[in-house]
Amino acid sequence: MSNYLDISKISIDFPTPEGPFRALDELSLRIKKGEFVSLIGHSGCGKSTVLNILAGLLQATEGGVALDGKEVNEPGPDRAVVFQNHSLLPWLTAFENVQLAVRQVFRDSMSKAEMRDWIQQNLKLVHMEHAMHKRPDELSGGMKQRVGIARALAMRPKVLLMDEPFGALDALTRAHMQDSLMEIQRDLNNTVVMITHDVDEAVLLSDRIVMMTNGPAATIGEVLNIDLPRPRNRVTLAENSDYNHFRQQVLSFLYEKQRKVVEIPREPAVDEDEAAPARGKVAGLVDRLGRRA
Amino acid sequence: MISISQQTWLQPWIKLARGERPSEQLRALAKTLLVPLAGIAAFLLLWAVAAGQINTSLGAFPGPLDVWQQGGALLEEHAAERREEEAFYERQRERNAQRQAVDPSYQPRIFPYTGSATFIDQILTSLMTVTAGFVLASLLAIPLGILIGLSHTLYRAFNPVIQLLKPVSPLAWLPLVTMVVSAVYVSQDPLVPKSFITSMVTVMLCCLWPTVINTAVGVAGVDNDLNNVSRVLRLGWLTHVRTIVLPSAMPMMFAGLRTSLGIAWMVLIAAEMLAQSPGLGKFVWDQFQNGSSDSLSRIMVAVITIGAIGFLLDRLMLAVQSLVSWDKSADLR
Ligand SMILES: Nc1ncnc2c1ncn2[C@@H]1O[C@H](COP(=O)(O)OP(=O)(O)O)[C@@H](O)[C@H]1O
Ligand SMILES: [Mg+2]
Repeated sequence: MSNYLDISKISIDFPTPEGPFRALDELSLRIKKGEFVSLIGHSGCGKSTVLNILAGLLQATEGGVALDGKEVNEPGPDRAVVFQNHSLLPWLTAFENVQLAVRQVFRDSMSKAEMRDWIQQNLKLVHMEHAMHKRPDELSGGMKQRVGIARALAMRPKVLLMDEPFGALDALTRAHMQDSLMEIQRDLNNTVVMITHDVDEAVLLSDRIVMMTNGPAATIGEVLNIDLPRPRNRVTLAENSDYNHFRQQVLSFLYEKQRKVVEIPREPAVDEDEAAPARGKVAGLVDRLGRRA
Repeated sequence: MISISQQTWLQPWIKLARGERPSEQLRALAKTLLVPLAGIAAFLLLWAVAAGQINTSLGAFPGPLDVWQQGGALLEEHAAERREEEAFYERQRERNAQRQAVDPSYQPRIFPYTGSATFIDQILTSLMTVTAGFVLASLLAIPLGILIGLSHTLYRAFNPVIQLLKPVSPLAWLPLVTMVVSAVYVSQDPLVPKSFITSMVTVMLCCLWPTVINTAVGVAGVDNDLNNVSRVLRLGWLTHVRTIVLPSAMPMMFAGLRTSLGIAWMVLIAAEMLAQSPGLGKFVWDQFQNGSSDSLSRIMVAVITIGAIGFLLDRLMLAVQSLVSWDKSADLR
């Protein structure tokens, strides 16, 4: 099973008033079953576009994606998506949000009681059983994201697609979420494609880091195998020379090879949610890089 | 419906009753109660002074006191009319009982009472008509709004027509509606009078649009992430509308319904007046034609009643709106 998820030579053109805009150009990647792959790259390079093509929410102009031998051309619950902004239905409780997914996926194969158990089991997995009957507006950002992950896991997907799932969270909450995710991953061994801006997050969680070149016509720049032993512990890893070597390689790719001139936006960015944390993080990374050098 | 503690004007009273910092509550009371009362008092004073200055062919313009008296008189007339009606039926029952005693095979018959409609009767008629028109309008407007909100093409197709029909005055519709109802609604034994249908349809035509437009805007504004969730889950069209679109659009939809109800009430009075169909509008018109010395006071009673009912209808919609709203943080007013 060397190519469970097979992305072959995908290109995409977005129609714009000035003619087609080629966001991705002949991007290919093969992902093994049970592998955890991170996509990293500068803001606007096309990471979300890749993920949306995998999800079937966007159609590649050229090339294609196959999952488990079948071509992907529309969205479906076998490719569950965790969005950056939780995207829970605000009028439903945590339980009901997961229930919506479970009903839809397992309506023919599970009884009512089985569904209830399965929903609870997934909420437990993300440590949300205590707040099952709360609505999103009563939950913190991290808790909402946990429910979003529970909803995705409850679909029992073949691949879990995550678009900067912890990007909007504060550093401490993010660390908690990363630990939870590693714990879940140890139990379930899902195939995961995760987009991130965060170098530490990518190295800590991934089996492989895929680094994307800057757009337009973005593609894969380098791929880094992270063969650190699991379980991984963020505190002990900080002293680990391999870990620091991997970090350094990603940072060097992003800030030396794919250096991006960060312009100061004159008007609010179109993609606010993405751009805002990105700008903060770029500044933070440059800062840290400076201290190390 | 809405919990008592949510009513801000009640809160100082509740806290006062609980004995929470009385001086603070009294100050809050002064703010929530005294200031509005002072406003009303000033209005009444201005009214009384201004009324004395205006002389009409039917005598001086009525001041607050005249209106208050006529209000009482109207209530008394209503009570008298009801007593009269009760007496009428009582007489029939007695007569029937007597005839049956003499001739056991006699089939008793009860003739309906045909007294004149009182002020209260007119209010009830108006309320019924506005409810019917508004419900009918909502039943049409909400599905239409959902459809055109979901489809860009339909939206573009319908938008010019809606924008064109929206500002049309009820007075322009009325003759057309009257003619069409007369032509279409022909029945030997009509379930409801023609005038009721005419007013109802006119109300409906005028109050459709805010609900259609607001529902469409609410539906079109569904968060794209939620649409993507729906696509990933492969929700069927109906499930998608029921679980994602409708709840998203609910706040906008109710804002539209509230505007629609307000318009419906305004339109109804005008329609009744012009179409001579029973209701508060007709009451005003009759008083105007009547031209007795009490007429102006009675019209003022009707004006105040119309305002009060309009206000209550709006509060009712607001209560329903906050009941169905999932966004409890929204400040509805
Ligand atoms: N629907 C679209 N129409 C036109 N351009 C788009 C569209 N979606 C994305 N793009 C462009 O494609 C590029 C990649 O976007 P995206 O995948 O969102 O970047 P990332 O997620 O890496 O920040 C950006 O330049 C963006 O402006
Ligand atoms: Mg993105």
